Amino acid sequence: MPSALPVGDPVPADGSLPSAAAARLPGRRNRPLGLYVHIPFCSVRCGYCDFNTYTAEDLGPGASRVSYPDTLISELRLARRVLTEAGDVGRALSTVFFGGGTPTLLPAEDLARILGAARDLFGVEPDAEVTTEANPDTLDPESAAVLAEAGFTRVSIGMQSAVPEVLTTLDRTHDPANVSRAVDAVRAAGMQVSLDVISGAPGESLEQWRHTLETVVDLAPDHVSAYSLIVEEGTAMAAKVRRGELPDVDPDDQAEKYLMTDALLGRAGYRWYEVSNHSTGEHTRSRHNMHYWTDTDWWGAGPGAHSHVAGVRWWNVKHPAAYAQRLSADLSPGHGREVPDAEAAALEHLMLGLRIADGLDVEAHRELPGAGRLAESELRALVDDGLAEAGALEAGRVVLTLRGRLLADAVTRRLAGF
Amino acid sequence: MSPKARTPLVPADTDPSAIRNFCIIAHIDHGKSTLADRMLQLTGVVEPREMKNQYLDRMDIERERGITIKSQAVRMPWEYEGRSYAFHMIDTPGHVDFSYEVSRSLAACEGALLLVDAAQGIEAQTLANLYLAMEHDLAIIPVLNKIDLPAAMPDKYAAEIAHLIGGDPDDVLRVSGKTGEGVEAVLDRIVAEIPAPEGEADVPPRAMIFDSVYDTYRGVVTFVRVMDGKLRHREKIRMMSTGAHHELLEIGVSSPEPEPTAGLGVGEVGYLITGVKDVRQSKVGDTVTLLNRPADQEIGGYQEPRPMVYSGLFPIDGSDFPVLREALEKLQLNDAALSFEPETSAALGFGFRVGFLGLLHLEITRQRLEAENNLDLISTAPNVIYEVTAEDGEVHTVTNPSEFPEGKLSEIREPIVDATIIVPAEYVGPVMELCQSRRGDMQGMDYLSEERVEIRYRLPLAEIVFDFFDNLKSRTKGYASLNWQGTGDQAADLVKVDILLQGDKVDAFSAITHRDHAYSYGVKMAGRLKDLIPRQQFEVPVQAAIGSRIIARENIRAIRKDVLSKCYGGDISRKRKLLEKQKEGKKRMKMVGTVEVPQEAFIAALSSDEPAAEKGKK
Repeated sequence: MPSALPVGDPVPADGSLPSAAAARLPGRRNRPLGLYVHIPFCSVRCGYCDFNTYTAEDLGPGASRVSYPDTLISELRLARRVLTEAGDVGRALSTVFFGGGTPTLLPAEDLARILGAARDLFGVEPDAEVTTEANPDTLDPESAAVLAEAGFTRVSIGMQSAVPEVLTTLDRTHDPANVSRAVDAVRAAGMQVSLDVISGAPGESLEQWRHTLETVVDLAPDHVSAYSLIVEEGTAMAAKVRRGELPDVDPDDQAEKYLMTDALLGRAGYRWYEVSNHSTGEHTRSRHNMHYWTDTDWWGAGPGAHSHVAGVRWWNVKHPAAYAQRLSADLSPGHGREVPDAEAAALEHLMLGLRIADGLDVEAHRELPGAGRLAESELRALVDDGLAEAGALEAGRVVLTLRGRLLADAVTRRLAGF
Repeated sequence: MSPKARTPLVPADTDPSAIRNFCIIAHIDHGKSTLADRMLQLTGVVEPREMKNQYLDRMDIERERGITIKSQAVRMPWEYEGRSYAFHMIDTPGHVDFSYEVSRSLAACEGALLLVDAAQGIEAQTLANLYLAMEHDLAIIPVLNKIDLPAAMPDKYAAEIAHLIGGDPDDVLRVSGKTGEGVEAVLDRIVAEIPAPEGEADVPPRAMIFDSVYDTYRGVVTFVRVMDGKLRHREKIRMMSTGAHHELLEIGVSSPEPEPTAGLGVGEVGYLITGVKDVRQSKVGDTVTLLNRPADQEIGGYQEPRPMVYSGLFPIDGSDFPVLREALEKLQLNDAALSFEPETSAALGFGFRVGFLGLLHLEITRQRLEAENNLDLISTAPNVIYEVTAEDGEVHTVTNPSEFPEGKLSEIREPIVDATIIVPAEYVGPVMELCQSRRGDMQGMDYLSEERVEIRYRLPLAEIVFDFFDNLKSRTKGYASLNWQGTGDQAADLVKVDILLQGDKVDAFSAITHRDHAYSYGVKMAGRLKDLIPRQQFEVPVQAAIGSRIIARENIRAIRKDVLSKCYGGDISRKRKLLEKQKEGKKRMKMVGTVEVPQEAFIAALSSDEPAAEKGKK
């Protein structure tokens, strides 16, 4: 997640949820609960990356690679307490996602231990989806076996590109050959494989992107996340673009590559289920990610992690040392929070609903207190303009076409009335 | 009090033979205000501790820009060969935009100091005002200033001046306003060479208004030169052009602070206060007489102020429209030449069409409106006045491209000016090239000295209101100086070029140009808008057209990608906030047909052709 934190209200020292959220919690007893675990370590800082991650091995007391798992587990204990006090009925975790950073920079045993602690505190549903992100260089058959044994069901491998020059532009140091080894290791351990790739790096040609996509297809993962590169402010890449050392991303080039992605992955049997996510079928979608787009509750643990429970969004302090310090003093690591008002919540519902292949439920949206009316004529105009699927609209959902997906933000603004 | 002026003469009781009225003709930066400061000190009317630099430039904005916009008159005592004299120094505006006011100031004097920077030589505006002074038969005292500068070349420029006004280079005085060197000699020469005013003392009074300023506390302060007779405190006066009458609540002289007197007699220069609140009731050039004992004849030479250039002024924030109206009304109290009426633009909203004497007047006005009222304004490209005759014989006066008549036209007339450009000889080629490209017609060329040339061109005013001066400066490494004055009009092959966004006219960008320049204007504007307007969901053609004929076209390609590729946990708040910000930004979008144009795009497209603020400066 992006490292710049939003501006919000303070979080109480004990981390307790606002009463409005607590009041809503019992009504959400049947909704799934997710857990995000942030591992803020990387061996190299990639030029395009603005995630909250650090290359030093020791970031201070409680924030070294060795002591971090225990610090993280102490937040899980706090989470359990806060949720119980707010009236959560004790939902077991439906999904767990280890992201970073590079979670696999920690020994697989540590990841297993954190998952074990989560299981002890919350319970993990028998068919839960448990994912970790992994760098191709830091995953071997042995560690894959340890993860699978601990209950991990899925590994998302940061492949980014199959083209060495592009990897260099992205500052990725992994050996491309290691990607297929990692895929084999994950599969041999009985887990699902997801590959992350990035299109539109400065200087990447259409042919190079095609090569990356074809390589992906050959590796036959269960799931592919294909992102258009975003040059985030504050990154090394943004500085290079500003100085003219790298060309800026070209939205037309990215659009072209998006079409190519959809075509090539589509031909190989992958279907989009979110703007940048594709899977071989419903059962291989990332359920954890779906939580983000469907108003589901998740706890984000770790420095800079974001959480969402019953309409409250909050985020932790960014630096691992500050994070560890808070927890060691038995204080919430929460840095800020917000309770989006009805209008803001409706806007979120709209913008997230339009991102997914399940689409925006028109009736459900109209019932939200802060939502616009979504006039039939407006919705039909989207179909006429080739932005939304006609059939889905008849079934009461706005599902974007390929062109519509490329213009999803414009469609959001249009339906939100500005 | 200076030993040179022990016995100042009493206003209203001064023999005309002891009066000397003069002005200083100088180019901006040639040190007029500094010289005036020295004179104030030397004659003792300003104590050294009260002295601030450029004492006479009253308004802050003048001091900031170093330009004297409004003239003032200062009475100073002086002794020469044992006799006391009263000087009235009339500070003239130095810029062409205010040439009518200059002419009235000159008409109030019998003599002029021609002040020239000894390091730079005479400039075009100085030359123009010099010729004007010579036409008024003023005695000219040439003075080279800044002789203390290392770069000063007094011999060279003395020769140049002698060549221009006749006489001997040795007669040219040499001073330093900065050190005070030579200033006493200037004062002495004023007595010796400038004739005393003449007028009849026992007839109904006639006084000419040469300036009129609005003061928040006093109302309008009117500066006059008494030609005949006498004006006294409490008398009822009458303005001869308007017939308006007022009581003289106060009459006095500036020395340089206002000093009430019993009255003003023949040849004297001073101020009147009647309590009126609007300078338009006290017009420059008008004659003041008595209500009950009026003069038969006006002094003559009065002209209504006539705008030469029009521009639309629009508040960037539409809700500032009433503030702008109030600000313009306030400014008009002190600027009889300012005229305005409401204007509505589809692109820019509500604003005013404002008439100005020239570009500096426009720039100063705009700057004052913004600075004094905390306004952000957009000004549209300046426009001259066209007389358009339709085929049916109907004549239209066009001050705004939107008024340009459709259909067949039998004649279009545009104002022309006579321009004088002074440059070092090596730049004659580039200057001629520029003038030719602006439809100029060469009238003549004179060598002022071996190195400096005066070039005269007749040019359409429209061709010099845009970016002529900037071009002139860049082609001559900044050495050229320019002066111009209106000299009538001419028929010309002019067309209106419209700019269309997806087929809809954008009124703010319509322009009247010569047919030969229409294409380049169209291409430039279309290209600029293409770069400034963000891509929309559909392709947007940007066209330039004369009537229904398209002369240039660009396309703003449709946007193909408008979606954030990653939207996970923490991205959600960020993305939502971005959308909320876009919703706010939408309020600053203007719709041209179905095309969303950020107001910034209009501003940027218009401002790149804005008249440069330093027009008229050297």
